[in-house]
Amino acid sequence: MAKASTGTLYRGNEGMWSWVAHRVTGVGIFFFLLVHVLDTALVRVSPEAYNAVIGTYKTPVMAFGEIALVAAIAFHAFNGLRVILVDFSKSGPKNQKKLFWGVMIIWLIIMLAFIPRQMMHTFGG
Amino acid sequence: MSTTSIPAPRTGYSRHKSTRSKFEMFAWLFMRISGIVLVILIFGHLFVNLWAGEGVQAIDFGFVAGKWASPFWQIWDLLMLWLAMLHGTNGLRTIIMDYAEKPGTRMSLQVILYIASIVVIVLGTLVIFTFDPCPAGADPALLASFCQA
Ligand code: HEM
Ligand code: HEM
Repeated sequence: MAKASTGTLYRGNEGMWSWVAHRVTGVGIFFFLLVHVLDTALVRVSPEAYNAVIGTYKTPVMAFGEIALVAAIAFHAFNGLRVILVDFSKSGPKNQKKLFWGVMIIWLIIMLAFIPRQMMHTFGG
Repeated sequence: MSTTSIPAPRTGYSRHKSTRSKFEMFAWLFMRISGIVLVILIFGHLFVNLWAGEGVQAIDFGFVAGKWASPFWQIWDLLMLWLAMLHGTNGLRTIIMDYAEKPGTRMSLQVILYIASIVVIVLGTLVIFTFDPCPAGADPALLASFCQA
């Protein structure tokens, strides 16, 4: 939430909370990407070094980390497209609430598909 | 006697000259264009690396060698690296402007952000283009099958 030195009584609805979530996921993805480029850079060190790091991505704990990452990206991506639609399309602003719920439904479908898939990869089956 | 001259309408009178550079407008547009392209690049990346086949379990040095043997995936990753880093860096710049009020804090946070971003973009670019899929002396069992040829 933006900081107002005087405080504010405004407690928004979908519009404000989606904006907060867009911000939080954007920052999270950015820091993941910094680490991700560094760990990928280990391919220039040695095959052993790279395999050791990518091996940590394959553990059950990290499997949940990857689910969280996909959840963050799927939200940021589709909410970002909603922001773009609201900005550029004539009927966008009028429908922004419907668009928000559309984002949530697409997000849910992606997660319902990805979570079982990830469980299969991680635990076999 | 002199006559007062009245300028023709719409001759470029503006109430106040914009003090903003065109940069902010460009940045705003860039966030949207890069966002649309990134949807394709990132979902494609996640589909191939997390969903298809055995997902993340299949990734190792040989997997990366196989992908970067093709210019298609080199360009894909290069575009994804640059667009995601520039998009994310500009997003963080906005956030710093929102929360850091003291000029000194703003300045130092921005300097740290830009240095980190430049390091990551340069490193990531070098990695894609200097990658050696068959390093001499490496354990052949860890390399892609095409290294034996
Ligand atoms: C857990 C999920 C992820 C896995 C397992 C993964 C895996 C990989 C692997 C194996 C590579 C090596 C080259 C390739 O396969 O194309 C790579 C490179 C790359 N990934 Fe990911 N990735 C993930 C998520 C992401 C996300 C969310 C982003 C973008 C925000 C991203 C951006 C990149 C970039 C830019 C490169 C190129 C790095 C370089 O230039 O050195 N990855 N990733
Ligand atoms: C998957 C495709 C993506 C789309 C469609 C997208 C879309 C957008 C849009 C439209 C904005 C501007 C919001 C506004 O002006 O109010 C934005 C902001 C932002 N994005 Fe993305 N983005 C994507 C990927 C990413 C990635 C990979 C990162 C991190 C590296 C990222 C980090 C950010 C940050 C930090 C902001 C600033 C948030 C704010 O000012 O509140 N985004 N995104």
